[in-house]
Amino acid sequence: MQGYLRSDGRKGIRNIILVTYLVECAHHVARDIVTNSPDNVQLIGFPGCYPNEYSLKIMEGLCTHPNVAGVLILSLGCEGFNREQLANTIKASGREVETLVIQKSGGTRKTIAAGLSNVNELLITAEKAELVPMDINELVVGTICGGSDGTSGIGANPAVGHCFDQLVEQDAICIFEETGELIGCEQIMAERAITPELGEEIMKSVEKAEQYYTKMGYGSFAPGNAEGGLTTQEEKSMGAYAKSGSSKIHGLIKPGDIPHQGGLYLMDVVPDGEPMYGFPNIVDSAEIVEMIASGCHLTLFTTGRGSVVGSAISPVIKVCANPETYDNLSDDMDINAGKVIKGEATVAQVGDEIYELVIQVAQGQQTKSEELGHQEFVLTYKKIEGIGPSCLPTVR
Amino acid sequence: MINRHFVLLNKADNIFVCCKPLFAGDSITLEDVEVTMTADITVGHKIARQAILKGEKIIKYGVSIGSATQYIAFGEHGHMHNIKSDYIASHTRQSKTGER
Repeated sequence: MQGYLRSDGRKGIRNIILVTYLVECAHHVARDIVTNSPDNVQLIGFPGCYPNEYSLKIMEGLCTHPNVAGVLILSLGCEGFNREQLANTIKASGREVETLVIQKSGGTRKTIAAGLSNVNELLITAEKAELVPMDINELVVGTICGGSDGTSGIGANPAVGHCFDQLVEQDAICIFEETGELIGCEQIMAERAITPELGEEIMKSVEKAEQYYTKMGYGSFAPGNAEGGLTTQEEKSMGAYAKSGSSKIHGLIKPGDIPHQGGLYLMDVVPDGEPMYGFPNIVDSAEIVEMIASGCHLTLFTTGRGSVVGSAISPVIKVCANPETYDNLSDDMDINAGKVIKGEATVAQVGDEIYELVIQVAQGQQTKSEELGHQEFVLTYKKIEGIGPSCLPTVR
Repeated sequence: MINRHFVLLNKADNIFVCCKPLFAGDSITLEDVEVTMTADITVGHKIARQAILKGEKIIKYGVSIGSATQYIAFGEHGHMHNIKSDYIASHTRQSKTGER
């Protein structure tokens, strides 16, 4: 395997220039620049005008991601986002960064022209990125599920778990998430923690999720889940939990925290304190974005009902559990885990197939969503506190 | 997999999961006992492996995934009309008008 070496020593599997707008008012200008640029120039952004520590932290994580070579920041000028801090963080990571403020750049037309010229310079720098050997233990792989149904927990999720076990064995960093979709699994999950103190933190994070979702009035449970045969939150949770495989759990992180030691990590995505901004993550893409902000080079996305999304920055590998969905949406699916429920393959065989694809995608092979041009991106408001001292034990 | 239509995920389970659709009226043998489906059963849905009493836990993957809100007969479809979460209520789409 080879990776693009960044100045901060991290290695990427893609070589991307980001154009990021810091408020919806700068979205059109940013999009116009991206639309008129090559494929490896991608659009991300934040819609709101009010400042938010969380969105700044996530944006910093994304703009200094190992897959990213350089960034063009698009600001209207009067929004609350701390563009100076973002630019300084990117600069400190050794990446190229340019900032354009529309109010100071003569408006839409002139800013687009200036942006296109900036992007061209950033692309020239990106081309100079050195390709160096990269080991599996330098990979960070995340997993999420979306559009789950009664087949997800039988085929796709345990197969991803099997793949995770192989990656963790080779000292890669693997991250699973959504404590709200682990309600009901807290006890068995806590028993897998490498220390009892970490186990307690895991229990607390799921209890927090249950309280938070109860206040929201909805569990992390969509109508499609029910149509696909899932009846309760804990049933969905048990299926989702299978994605984590059987390794010990090495740590509990919050979105944007970057683990530095190989192993399996749980991401606590539920906001802290009283609910302030609504649902923890409004949609699957918001979860993928958090995974990427925590360093994921690629994300394994399991689905039963059939999601078609991809992502900016890091490739998404879609693993389809439901054979009927696979037949219907095969152009969008990278892995057919429906073979398990049809009795045509074992979970381990599909897990091996996912593992092989992870390596190929890390070596540059495009996923289905990349080929189709999917670059979904969602970042909204959230309130999170730092993790406690027991969350990242150093003992192995 | 106990036959082409259903899978038993854990020997402690009191439900089977459908892996090939069946229609209401279809008869099938489940662990040597013949039963007729009382509803259409699509992939991913559950049927009772045995009679389940009201209040009894529903066991899938070997663990509880909720409780029966009413008596569920052997072979009957188990879903939101007769099973509830012990944690947090599930919800369905409010309007499906126009959906095909």
